[in-house]
Amino acid sequence: MDQLLQHLVNAVVLGGTYALLGIGLTLIFGIMRVVNFTHGELYAFGAYTIYLMAAALGLNFFFGLVVAIVAGMLLGAMIEVALLRPMRGADVDTVMLVMIGAWIVMQNTELLIWGGVAKAIVTPFPDAPLVIGPVSISWLRVFVLAAALLLILAAYALIHRTKLGKAMRATFQDSDAAALMGVHIKGIHTATFAIGSGLAAAAGALLGSVFLVTPTMGDLASLKAFAIVILGGLGNITGATIGAFVLALVEELGAGYVSSGYRDAMGFLIIIVVLLFKPTGLFARAERVG
Amino acid sequence: MKRAVPTFWLLVIFTLPFWLQDQYVLHILITTGIFIIAAMSLNLLLGYTGQLSLGHVAFFGIGAYVSALTTLGFDVELFGGFRVVHEPWPAVAGFFIAITIAGMSGYVIGKLSFKVRGAYFVIVTISFAEVTRLVALNWVELTQGPLALTNIPPFTLGFPGLGNYTLWDKTAYWYLVGVVGLVAYVVIGRLVNSRIGRAMIALKENESLASSVGIDVTHYLVLAAVVSAAIAGGAGSLYAHYIKIIDPDIFLFIYTVTMVIMVITGGKGSLAGPIVGGLIFGFLPVIVRAFAAPAVQWILYGGLTILVVFVLPRGIVPTLQGWIASRTQSESARAGLSWAGGSKSGDAK
Amino acid sequence: MAGEVILSIENVAVQFGGLVALSELTFTVCEGEIVGLIGPNGAGKTTAFNVFTGFLKPTSGEVRYRGTLLNGLKPYEIAGLGLVRTFQRTSVFQNNSVFENVLIGLHRRGRSTLWDTLLALPREKIAEREVAGKAREILALVGLESRAAELAGALSYGEQRLLGIALALAAQPSMLLLDEPVSGMNPSESAKVMKLVETIRARGVAILLVEHDMPTVMQVSDRIVVLNYGRIIAEGSPAEIQRHPDVIRAYLGEGKKRA
Repeated sequence: MDQLLQHLVNAVVLGGTYALLGIGLTLIFGIMRVVNFTHGELYAFGAYTIYLMAAALGLNFFFGLVVAIVAGMLLGAMIEVALLRPMRGADVDTVMLVMIGAWIVMQNTELLIWGGVAKAIVTPFPDAPLVIGPVSISWLRVFVLAAALLLILAAYALIHRTKLGKAMRATFQDSDAAALMGVHIKGIHTATFAIGSGLAAAAGALLGSVFLVTPTMGDLASLKAFAIVILGGLGNITGATIGAFVLALVEELGAGYVSSGYRDAMGFLIIIVVLLFKPTGLFARAERVG
Repeated sequence: MKRAVPTFWLLVIFTLPFWLQDQYVLHILITTGIFIIAAMSLNLLLGYTGQLSLGHVAFFGIGAYVSALTTLGFDVELFGGFRVVHEPWPAVAGFFIAITIAGMSGYVIGKLSFKVRGAYFVIVTISFAEVTRLVALNWVELTQGPLALTNIPPFTLGFPGLGNYTLWDKTAYWYLVGVVGLVAYVVIGRLVNSRIGRAMIALKENESLASSVGIDVTHYLVLAAVVSAAIAGGAGSLYAHYIKIIDPDIFLFIYTVTMVIMVITGGKGSLAGPIVGGLIFGFLPVIVRAFAAPAVQWILYGGLTILVVFVLPRGIVPTLQGWIASRTQSESARAGLSWAGGSKSGDAK
Repeated sequence: MAGEVILSIENVAVQFGGLVALSELTFTVCEGEIVGLIGPNGAGKTTAFNVFTGFLKPTSGEVRYRGTLLNGLKPYEIAGLGLVRTFQRTSVFQNNSVFENVLIGLHRRGRSTLWDTLLALPREKIAEREVAGKAREILALVGLESRAAELAGALSYGEQRLLGIALALAAQPSMLLLDEPVSGMNPSESAKVMKLVETIRARGVAILLVEHDMPTVMQVSDRIVVLNYGRIIAEGSPAEIQRHPDVIRAYLGEGKKRA
């Protein structure tokens, strides 16, 4: 029972950051219909940025986190403008290939700059964990959960309470109609990609602090993000959040009780099983897929 | 001109070992050749039938593992305590079993693509490949996990009356790859230039329209997937018996990516496209390796991919064909494949 | 004009949630007839077509083709029975040549198996030659033989619609459903299409067409069925329909050429 509680707590912390990944991708995927292979690289970028700020330059950890998010947004915007905008209207697989090319370039640039050895980020939190009954949780993880929840709320507020969010939602529903209503579609796309990338960078910075930073960390993150989007439905932020916690839970319990080697397979199995029975995702509204 | 080109290449392929002595280059050619076969099979599914299958390496890897396990033998315990023991069989048997089992997994993917469309299908195929990798990695009893399956025996061909011949050296292997490649090329070529191929292309272009003229879209999609997977599986088997050692890394997404790059830069939907793309991306590493670190190499490939997509969106071969056609003012060539059995471009002005 | 009933629609209803798209739809088309299906925009004509050809499942009712129940059949199976439709938008395979388009349409004609193809058996070659010949015939019939090698996407709108009909013809229909065959065309193009329709009927193919262009429909149809708000409000000869008060009311005014 104690083990179960510990797993649950771990899952909640993990789920929070997974949610950031998932929300970011579901926005990009949903509004722009792009299979974004660079999402994982933005995640890694966030981790390396905070590493650069906090570990290499010795700056404040929290400041580093903010820089990571902002830098992630800027990088996302640049990718959108340089690579995606010129490709509007091209074949789906052509766009995919461009994204794949970008992914390869980004990951190997990271490898070149930082080398393949995993890096650890020193954080300003006390080493001794917080112990509540049978459950122990490090202060870092408490912070990660808090930061993730804050960002999730911020994303929610952005989408549902701002003009930009309204424009994004309109573009998601019907981009032609939105354009006719005066929405600047190109700008929305750039903003969407930037926001999504920023969220991915945030997730990377947070989880990178908890675990380690490696150049290939983005690959699994990408796949998990896609799993979450499928679970939650395209463009559905609430669904993505729930899906993220579900995935984290399945992973934690799977690793704890079944086998840790297959831990990462859980995500993929979920994808395959869900799509077999509900090809539009668990929480999808009645939308046309693909 | 059209007839001369293939004959020329056939001559090159079959006389190669006589004028190429460098064993290292031959080795590269062999592995590139194997990858080209896999890329051609991907082209059938991705290029001609329009299915965004990004898990193709799964079929290649399944073929490799099945072939290796068939020839090495295995002894595993399944759920419920059943023990399955398999004695080693000859490599040729492994080859054909690999093709069959890979084809069967292609059937599954084909059936799946009907329930799951568009971008979700992409994710499912990627997940499929990842799951196979994780199974290969974790089912150690069967696959030796990360320790790899080693000492895979080479092919032994038995010629009645002439005795057995074991393919140990590279020259023999080159011919084997050449023959299999040729068969694959002919199979795919005949398929796409036929009524079946037209149905596949129709379903890629416009499914509703294809259905409305009586084309059973599911059937042809599954057919494309099965044939595509079977050929990839065959390539995997060739790979296993050549390299003689395979590990779960064979399922890495990066290999699918390599195949996709070969197909799309070479020109999807054209028969020669994967060959050209394959040669470029098969040899580029060799050339670049001399002066750049691995990371830099990959940055170059990534950049090159983006560049080709921006500059030659249809791929190298179709762009070249179009360019040649506009030079020779041949309208039927510009329209793409000419299926007009006996007619020439006399119908056109 | 009386022949055997070829298409019978019985009490077909289609409901999308709360919206009733079609209700109590009942009528027949006989062999060799040309029936026009008209009605204001949103009356349910395209929905009806989608039901007849298997692209949409009706909420209730039966559709029969020469006695065979069509409910539950897939579109390609229905086409296999001889009931073929055209589409209003994307009516052709844009990235293939005109000739290739018709070859695709001739799919039903072929009987080759996978092995015939892979082994390049002689009967495959014979079949291909036959199919190529038939394609030239059909292109000649619709008047596009001079454009055979061009990309379908490069054709003018009117020519593409003609190609769409050629595509449908290639599928060996015994009945053709034409979805707004002359929409967006100028009078000379429309006349060409209507002549083609007559030629097709003369070959024994029954035709059900949806159209907004009143003069065209009135001229070519043997019988007219009028839909409004998903139900039939009138049925009869073109002359009768033009005088029918309900029809006039539905279109708001006499002498209107377009809905």
